[in-house]
Amino acid sequence: MIPQPAPVSPILGKLSLDALPLHEPIVVATFAVVALGGIGLFAALTYFRLWGYLWKEWFTSVDHKKIGIMYMILGLVMFLRGFADAIMIRSQQALGFGGSDGYLNSHHFDQVFTAHGVIMIFFVAMPFVTGLMNYVVPLQIGARDVSFPFLNNFSFWMTVGGAVLVMASLFIGEFARTGWLAYPPLSGLAYSPDVGVDYYIWSLQVAGVGTTLSGVNLIATIVKLRAPGMSLMKMPVFTWTALVTNILIVAVFPVLTVVLALLGLDRVFHTNFFTNDFGGSPMLYVNLIWIWGHPEVYILVLPIFGVFSEVVSTFCSKRLFGYSSMVYATCVIGILSYIVWLHHFFTMGSGASVNSFFGISTMVISIPTGAKLFNWLFTMYKGRIRYTLPMMWTVAFMLTFVIGGMTGVMMAVPAADFVLHNSVFLIAHFHNVIIGGVVWGVFAAINYWWPKAFGFKLNEFWGKVSFWMWVPGFWVAFTPLYMLGLMGVTRRMRVFDASFDPLRIYYWIALLGAFMIAAGIGAMLIQIGVSIWKREELKDESGDPWNGRTLEWATSSPPPEYNFAFTPKIHEIDAWADMKAKGVARPTEGFRDIYMPQGTWAGITLAGLATLCGFALIWQVWWLAIASFVGVVATAIAHTFNYNRTFYIKADHVAEVEAARTAQLAALEKGAA
Amino acid sequence: MPSPRPLLARLRALLILPAFALLCGCDMVVLNPAGDVARQQGDLVIVSTLLMLLIIVPVMALVVLFAWRYRESNQEATYAPDWDHSTSLELVIWSAPLLIIICLGAITWVSTHLLDPYRPLSRTAPGKPIAADVKPLEVQVVALDWKWLFIYPEQGIATVNEMAAPVGRPIRFRISASSVMNSFYIPALAGQIYAMPAMETPLNAVFDKTGVFQGFSANYSGHGFSSMRFKAHSTDQAGFDAWVAEAKKAGATLDRAEYLKLERPSEKEPVRRFAGVEAGLFDMVTNLCVEPGKMCMHQMMALDAQGGMGKAGLHNVRQLAYDKFGGRGTHAHAGKSFVGEICADKQDIAVRAAPKPGNPRPLTGAGMKQPAAEPTPTAPSVASETRPRPLS
Repeated sequence: MIPQPAPVSPILGKLSLDALPLHEPIVVATFAVVALGGIGLFAALTYFRLWGYLWKEWFTSVDHKKIGIMYMILGLVMFLRGFADAIMIRSQQALGFGGSDGYLNSHHFDQVFTAHGVIMIFFVAMPFVTGLMNYVVPLQIGARDVSFPFLNNFSFWMTVGGAVLVMASLFIGEFARTGWLAYPPLSGLAYSPDVGVDYYIWSLQVAGVGTTLSGVNLIATIVKLRAPGMSLMKMPVFTWTALVTNILIVAVFPVLTVVLALLGLDRVFHTNFFTNDFGGSPMLYVNLIWIWGHPEVYILVLPIFGVFSEVVSTFCSKRLFGYSSMVYATCVIGILSYIVWLHHFFTMGSGASVNSFFGISTMVISIPTGAKLFNWLFTMYKGRIRYTLPMMWTVAFMLTFVIGGMTGVMMAVPAADFVLHNSVFLIAHFHNVIIGGVVWGVFAAINYWWPKAFGFKLNEFWGKVSFWMWVPGFWVAFTPLYMLGLMGVTRRMRVFDASFDPLRIYYWIALLGAFMIAAGIGAMLIQIGVSIWKREELKDESGDPWNGRTLEWATSSPPPEYNFAFTPKIHEIDAWADMKAKGVARPTEGFRDIYMPQGTWAGITLAGLATLCGFALIWQVWWLAIASFVGVVATAIAHTFNYNRTFYIKADHVAEVEAARTAQLAALEKGAA
Repeated sequence: MPSPRPLLARLRALLILPAFALLCGCDMVVLNPAGDVARQQGDLVIVSTLLMLLIIVPVMALVVLFAWRYRESNQEATYAPDWDHSTSLELVIWSAPLLIIICLGAITWVSTHLLDPYRPLSRTAPGKPIAADVKPLEVQVVALDWKWLFIYPEQGIATVNEMAAPVGRPIRFRISASSVMNSFYIPALAGQIYAMPAMETPLNAVFDKTGVFQGFSANYSGHGFSSMRFKAHSTDQAGFDAWVAEAKKAGATLDRAEYLKLERPSEKEPVRRFAGVEAGLFDMVTNLCVEPGKMCMHQMMALDAQGGMGKAGLHNVRQLAYDKFGGRGTHAHAGKSFVGEICADKQDIAVRAAPKPGNPRPLTGAGMKQPAAEPTPTAPSVASETRPRPLS
């Protein structure tokens, strides 16, 4: 009869000692290093008695600024993990020639490239982008916090929960071996009977809750909490892009949730949504996942377009060219991003008319994107460009992104896509837009807003070293892939037979590029370290180190907990530039109590239980899954009885803080005079 | 504003780039293939690149120019901090990309229809239309874990991990898979198309040069994916006949039992040849009913279309598990029993074998030539849908 799946223990589910990858020396070594580092960190935090501080001031904080910073730290940590995967892929592909098996077996290599994609998109790019929006948007619109501060904390910890599950898969069990979108039937129970795909499903489900809720939160914040006078068409461009992005998030992340839930049902309860037999349709999965997946690309890149808009305008000391066309372009991109998903699988035989429609709609997106690029260009025109790090990243982005855009439009021609689809040309293309767009944009943003967040600038020298390693490094790493793609080399290859021997050099060049990027990342870490070390020298007391134009530069650096003592009134697009031009005086008296949200333990507790529930579902430890789910519901209910959610910052305290700020500014002015 | 001369020079330099890449000594098979379809697709890559360079190059030049000219230290450049709008410029920056996309969109519409893999070929090379009486060579392709099976119904042979076709004769591939998604790709011949279980995708192509070319799966399909490669031979008719004769000498016949053994996962399979193939095997593969006695998918669909069999049908349904609890072919099917086929009509499979022709409606649009003679549609059976099943 039909073979049945292996029995599951009622106590431990599928968990057993076999789940520990003790036979994989690379994993064991990694585990040793991570364990040592973890123990060291734990010991240091205990020794310096920092646990209480972290718990009180950070983990349970609902302050959007602290949550934003924690998102950025999460993104950075996961970036190192994702990049380690990238180096492993590159070196395996450089070694797996001429009959050599390389150093990674397929069981390991296939997990590595899957994890690389999943981590870089969900746990690097998403936290970076969400962190930036979290930190900057309330400041830019003159709000004290986001609309739902507790939800914000909860969203963050859910994202962490997803990341924890992905990291756990490294040491307990395994990760998916399916590629980052886990197409069935390969990801179905029949072809991936191990827990890898379950890790994939549940880490994204847990993190997806966080992303969706933070989308809801930021939409509400932008719609409801803008300072008086800030009509929609006076919002800073970054806030505009954040608004469109979060609308995209709220509209498409539920699709991801549903499609992964269906895949989970197929795997656990043997339903037949995406199986080969019983009328299942794997192509249904492919359609659904790309209905989420394509807007996701714009979820990542739109806020970054906003970052570049702010940076260009600030460092050209000039108003942004074509503000309204920028806004319309953003909205048009947002709308069009829903009707292009099929361009990811022209090659599945949808037929000529369908393919043409999706090809042309894809090309149409390049029109508003092109308009944005022109707008930045003409912002530079007749400007006074200061080449600080954010501006350098922006120029590098403009020159790199157009190439990525061009190769993207090439693949939007379906008949041309038939020869380029799934080739390493495609790999080069999306790294071109994601590194050259999103990643560099995040670096521009970090260098730009760091002084706001911490009160000192980042070291320029190491920043420039990082820049000059990253930008040429990117081109050295990915130009060979463009060329290999035109030679008909496909992606996700682990070993190359003799016919590939002449192409080995390209993989070695690409590996060299990856090492240059590694040096760039190293320089960036040194930059952060050196800057913290020498923070007194790099100190910025003005709160406005770049002669900024938007409202976040109006307050001190770092901003007080309440952001603004008085909610500012807005008259112009560049509100702060307008205030400076009009010489609006800083209010120094008449302070009132400020109503603020109180930190809460509930977010981290709920997310912890949800993560545990995810882990139990992965291993089918049913009692634990039920218990932790009940725990989630019970905690949520218990938290509704917590009436201690807000407090007042007393007017006296505000007056004290503001007086110190007044003195600081006066001293600065004196120093300057 | 930039003076036109350096801009033009830069433009010209970049236009040479693709040509330079061709000359660099590496074999850019995508741009320099050995088949009419792939050649047109490669040309499209170049044409669309050049079209976009029309706007990319000026933009990049302007970025560099403005970045240099308006640097802070250059106090001679004009500084207009409040200049933020120009209707005429806005018109240009929206309409210039629009014009290019209109051109590219037109090219897309025409080329997507003309190079639709479903469409029977109208020519074997520019200026060489296909005569009405030429019958395409049918090659049935099954992606197995992790090897390729080619069935030649006309010649009555089958091969594993090697295919051949006479140069200049149109080939009509019918592509499916036994377990997971793969993508069938011979870069020298034509663009790829996915090979998907329980679905059939066609591909029409033709070699216009002789040689031995690489073919492979372009979509990751698991453990043995890297070595899921085969050689595609393009030979003259005599060479092809010799290749067929060699297979005929092999002796073995690919019947259902042999197929069930063959489909079990294996890697780096050597080339294998079969002198005979059981009739209708490919259609059994796409209908998930190679196991003797098992009801085929299209039969079940026909039953369902009639309203199903009610409770009596439940027993049949229970027997239809294809790959539920283990990868296809990873376990023996000995213990299985099927009763489904009592409903089957032997004729049915034969009718099913007639592929549905490409869309016979005339093409509209400038430059869209009609394909040459269409095969007359045969009476389609219940489930003769050749496209992947839509989302319904």
